[in-house]
Amino acid sequence: MGDAAGGAAGAASTADTVRTLQSRIRQMQASKLDSRSIPTHPAIAELLPGGSLKQGAVYSVDRSATLLMALLAGPSAAGSWCGVVGVPEFGVEAAARFGIDLDRLVLVPDPGDQWLAVTAAIADVMGVVVTRPPRRADDGSVARLAARLRQRDATLIVLGTWPQSEAMLSLSESDWSGIGNGHGYLSARQVTVTVTSRTHARPRSARLWLPDREAAFRSAGRVPQAAQPDLRPVLREAAG
Amino acid sequence: MTDTGGAVRTTRDVPSVVRTLVLWCPDWPVTAAVRAGHLDADAPIALIEKGLVFACSAAARRAGVRRGLRVREAQSRAPELLVQPYDPLIDHRTFDGVVDAIEELMPGTQLLRPGMCAIRSRGPSRYYGGEEPAARALLDCLDAQGLPDSRVGVADGPFTAEHAARSTLTGPGRVRVVPEGESAAFLAPLSIGLLDDPALVTLLRRLGVNTLADFAALPAVDVHGRFGEHGARLHALASGLDSRAVVPRVPPEQLERAIEFEPPLDRVDQVTFGFRATADRFLDALTEAKLVCTAVRIEVRTETGETSERTWLHPRSFTASDVVDRVRWQLQGSGAIDSGLGSAISRVRVAPESVDSIGNHEVGLWGGGPDERIHHGLSRVQSMLGHGGVLTAVIGGGRSLADRQTLVAWGDRPVPDRPADQPWPGQLPPLPPSTVFRAPPPVIVLDAGGRSVEVDERGALSGAPAAFAPATATDAVRAVTAWAGPWPLEERWWDAETSRSAHRFQVVDADGTAWLLVLERGAWCAEARYD
Repeated sequence: MGDAAGGAAGAASTADTVRTLQSRIRQMQASKLDSRSIPTHPAIAELLPGGSLKQGAVYSVDRSATLLMALLAGPSAAGSWCGVVGVPEFGVEAAARFGIDLDRLVLVPDPGDQWLAVTAAIADVMGVVVTRPPRRADDGSVARLAARLRQRDATLIVLGTWPQSEAMLSLSESDWSGIGNGHGYLSARQVTVTVTSRTHARPRSARLWLPDREAAFRSAGRVPQAAQPDLRPVLREAAG
Repeated sequence: MTDTGGAVRTTRDVPSVVRTLVLWCPDWPVTAAVRAGHLDADAPIALIEKGLVFACSAAARRAGVRRGLRVREAQSRAPELLVQPYDPLIDHRTFDGVVDAIEELMPGTQLLRPGMCAIRSRGPSRYYGGEEPAARALLDCLDAQGLPDSRVGVADGPFTAEHAARSTLTGPGRVRVVPEGESAAFLAPLSIGLLDDPALVTLLRRLGVNTLADFAALPAVDVHGRFGEHGARLHALASGLDSRAVVPRVPPEQLERAIEFEPPLDRVDQVTFGFRATADRFLDALTEAKLVCTAVRIEVRTETGETSERTWLHPRSFTASDVVDRVRWQLQGSGAIDSGLGSAISRVRVAPESVDSIGNHEVGLWGGGPDERIHHGLSRVQSMLGHGGVLTAVIGGGRSLADRQTLVAWGDRPVPDRPADQPWPGQLPPLPPSTVFRAPPPVIVLDAGGRSVEVDERGALSGAPAAFAPATATDAVRAVTAWAGPWPLEERWWDAETSRSAHRFQVVDADGTAWLLVLERGAWCAEARYD
């Protein structure tokens, strides 16, 4: 009994390792000549076009601040500076808990009318910039900002919609655990994360723990495959 | 050879004693507080350190206030007492001007502590024709400074001179000269408690040694054997053989710069433009002294006589344009660059608060690394939005979410408001919400029967929450699928202004979004969202 359980757990961890390695290989390969990847959480990276967040690109996040923090956690842990513009209700404590380094996090809660200029100025010096447009920006400013992001190799994450975004991430079917009717407390939740992008024919979605009981992000609902997974097809896929 | 050796031995046996003139301003901390805070010098004032009276004014002393009393005791003795915290920095800063004035008269001043300084008496007494006239000249200078209560003592060595100055409080004049060689006789009747070593003083009292004469009468070799070097030095002091030399201070360089505006200017951009050249001279002087400045103190005086002072820190070191920026931020607060001021500005002064050697801040051959770039970029944003526009965060302790996160302007030292290493019972369960509303929107919470949910004094709910809606749009009702609470929060009930009594709930709505709802003083609001 112990052997069987140990074998299943071992298989699951092997499969996890393979998946992580696979996603890292995909991240290191440039999809275009001049676009490089930035470290992304493996659970979300699988859904994104090109297999990771890219420098110089714009991503949209629909409403969820936790999903935004999940996107920031990877680059921040890898040493990038993150700037958050125009989001006064950004939960700093949650950000610290989800693995964003507060020493390298800068907040500009009230940029006012100058939000576009401030976003561009922050993008000049920081790897990842988050912004929430108070209104729709005109096409000229959007194009100028996009050019600046490409030049500076910065990634922009927009809370809301953005005309030129690489992918749009949204949450649905939140399922909280740990809380009942009058007892318990919020401890973990499973959600479906859906990524819509121009390059994918149809939206990709996955079930994720966002966050799990240890305040970490991981994919959920994966069943362990065979006892001894065959690594060869995976490697072939990674190489090809 | 032998002669020299003998001479050396002689000087060691009988230490050479320098005739010293000590100037003393009684109650200096109070005088300094009066000068800095524009208080009334005749009022009863007490300065408090760690809950005890540190210094008090003459009026307070007449009412029975003494050093070392507890604040409450002092206030009960003198109900009209003005209580202020003691700030040693003000002492030093205020006495600096006095020392400058003394140095114009008699160079070579040693600052013993704020309110007291020592001068070698040889030069002044030759110039003024005697120690007494020199002391009188010094007192005249202090009278001109507005310190009519100051005292002077002249004796062998600073220790005896200090106590000669203190002895004038009971005597007739303001000057006491102890003739050369009579220090021991002068000190003899004084209490042993004057020695600055409480442990040794207690021990000597138990041994029956109550005056300095008793202590001086003990054989020097025995004192050295029993109490070591430190004891031997105190023994020499008690015998009137104070061998400490007067070490004249090196006058600090004048690094501060000021500009007067005549007529006073009432627009921020005019003031900053006018200040630009002063900032350049300030930086030039620092560079000439091979220093860089990491904190500056900016004082702005308005036409009506109000003064605003602030210290600004810099993560690296100030450049001239950084200093100009700080002046602008101090003036405009949160307003825009072209906004008008409440009162016209007549004077701006900038002084270095902490400096460092320029060698430690030299930029490397290939630049100073990525941090410098980030600092430049953020400074640019700060110059668009103001100093408080760019923030960094640090997490401290506390029970409510707003208490726990401290936002600090970029460039200032990130220190949490409350210590994080305390247990803080009553804080929320471990998963922190990702959205914390700055102004929590009011909501209404209803039970299954459509009545508003309330919590009674014993913490019991009037009904299980079944739905909630924003108070501004009561028809947008969200059904509650799961909830937990109430978790009471009782903080600082002893302080009417900051006390807090609330009940917190976590609820999950039908969309799957979780909320942190707070019921405080009968009103519900949504403090945060787990989205």
